[in-house]
Amino acid sequence: MRPGTADGVLTMPVDTDADVVKVRQAVRGLTQQARLSLVDQTKFVTAASELARNTLVHGGGGHVEAQVVSEGRRTGVRAVFVDDGPGIADIDLAMTDGWTSGTGLGLGLSGSRRLVERFVIDSAPGAGTRVEIVSWSR
Amino acid sequence: MTDVVPILKIGSTLLVSIQTDLQDDTALRLQEDLAEQITRTGARGVLIDISGLEIVDSFIGRMLASIAGISRVLDAATVVVGMRPAVAITMVELGLSLGGVRTALDVERGLRVLAPVEQSPEEVLLAAAQRAGE
Repeated sequence: MRPGTADGVLTMPVDTDADVVKVRQAVRGLTQQARLSLVDQTKFVTAASELARNTLVHGGGGHVEAQVVSEGRRTGVRAVFVDDGPGIADIDLAMTDGWTSGTGLGLGLSGSRRLVERFVIDSAPGAGTRVEIVSWSR
Repeated sequence: MTDVVPILKIGSTLLVSIQTDLQDDTALRLQEDLAEQITRTGARGVLIDISGLEIVDSFIGRMLASIAGISRVLDAATVVVGMRPAVAITMVELGLSLGGVRTALDVERGLRVLAPVEQSPEEVLLAAAQRAGE
């Protein structure tokens, strides 16, 4: 995956711990451009950090597409996390607080959903995982 | 390349100030370095300043809880100081409670929390005798 920007969409690889930090920093920049409040910026970046780590640890690596979006007068930020990993068999179970497939706290997916306005997860066994998050300025 | 978070020793307290966005492996390394330093120096307290952290996600939260747990087993107390308000709000919403981790608003208050473990046994006995005499 080559990092780059096309039509305002920033594409970043998530293949190492360092990439997760880069995603956090790039997403932080977009939340500032989108004029999210400091608390909403922090929530969105934290969710992005959880999801990027999922992409790396559970998805075996993948990429993130992030961009500033607008709707009427509102501006927002959107990030999509994509991997070609094993996928999730039971999404409802994976979205439960405390449920973990590994050694984590089991808060990554369920917790991130609470931190953003829109959260859409699309996954199936063998078909990878795609998670989209969006938050808007007030 | 992994960054290293410096650990300072002041009296019997180890002071860690996290100034950069922590990579996961850097956080794990810090945990190991602290355990090693507590044992080597006989430190009784660990003060972790996270005022430089823009976010605390579940991984960093787990690291802070682990450090507190490891320190306790090695007979040292841990205090986490300097959490930003937006970080506190986000952490609670995420579902992280940092249970078992002592916190204080800033370094000064954190040092005050650790003050009892900074005293020598003689000082503790003297203070107790004074209280008894009052």
